[in-house]
Amino acid sequence: MVIECKHVWNYISEYLDGTLPEATRDTVQKHLEHCEICSAILDSTRNIIILTADDRVFELPVGFSERLHARIDSELTSTK
Amino acid sequence: MQPSTPIRSEAEIIAAILAGDTQLYHELIRPHERSVYMMALSFMKNEADAEDVAQEAFIKAFRNLSTFRGDAKFSTWLISITLNEARSRLRRQSIVRMQSLDEPPDEEGTVSPALLRDWREIPSETVEREEVRTLIQRAVETLPEIYRQVFLLRDVEELDVNETAQALSISISNVKVRLHRARMMLQKELAPQLKTVNRAPKRRWLLWS
Repeated sequence: MVIECKHVWNYISEYLDGTLPEATRDTVQKHLEHCEICSAILDSTRNIIILTADDRVFELPVGFSERLHARIDSELTSTK
Repeated sequence: MQPSTPIRSEAEIIAAILAGDTQLYHELIRPHERSVYMMALSFMKNEADAEDVAQEAFIKAFRNLSTFRGDAKFSTWLISITLNEARSRLRRQSIVRMQSLDEPPDEEGTVSPALLRDWREIPSETVEREEVRTLIQRAVETLPEIYRQVFLLRDVEELDVNETAQALSISISNVKVRLHRARMMLQKELAPQLKTVNRAPKRRWLLWS
């Protein structure tokens, strides 16, 4: 089965998660083998997900942990 | 002297806290600080409010620990407490954010990605550059709320589809649709910008290394 780029884009997320039904995945894979645009979209999406998930992108504010545990300490002593 | 603490499961720690060893609560929540804060941040959009919400959520979780049933994961339970806390705070601040309070039905239609001919892998070290971090943060922050939440839970906090659906009280297929759109929106926004960032000459940075 041959599919258009536009349809491949709908499957990109599930393709990356490995949750596509086998037949669909094979169709998408065949398309990717000869379509450099869709391959670039797939690669860039995967790359962007990895960069965004990097712990250094979203960091806890400085002192967050200390303030949190101090607050919990006062809660613990007040409920004793 | 403290006896060396054996590694305990979350369920055992919770049982011990409920039995009176409340200090263990510190230990229980340590692995979850980041995800609770991130979730709060996805609603509040400023660090101070997000921190307040996160603290409040941890306190509420402690007070209600006896109601935790263990049929969900503790992390998922914490996330729902955080969501409730964030929502009620937004209501109190009477910020009109209809989108978050009344979820719109997922509209039809596809998000078209940015079209590229090729993609040169951007290595993870790139995020050490502040401009790159800011770029990514801003792209995530400007996602529509329903997409941002799913994206943060699935791709940043790495909850699975079921946990995400449970935490946000939406269906599994909605999680998938929203995650897909969020990813495509980010690709559309970030791919062209990151491409130029990646082309910046490396040599410049060696001067400071």
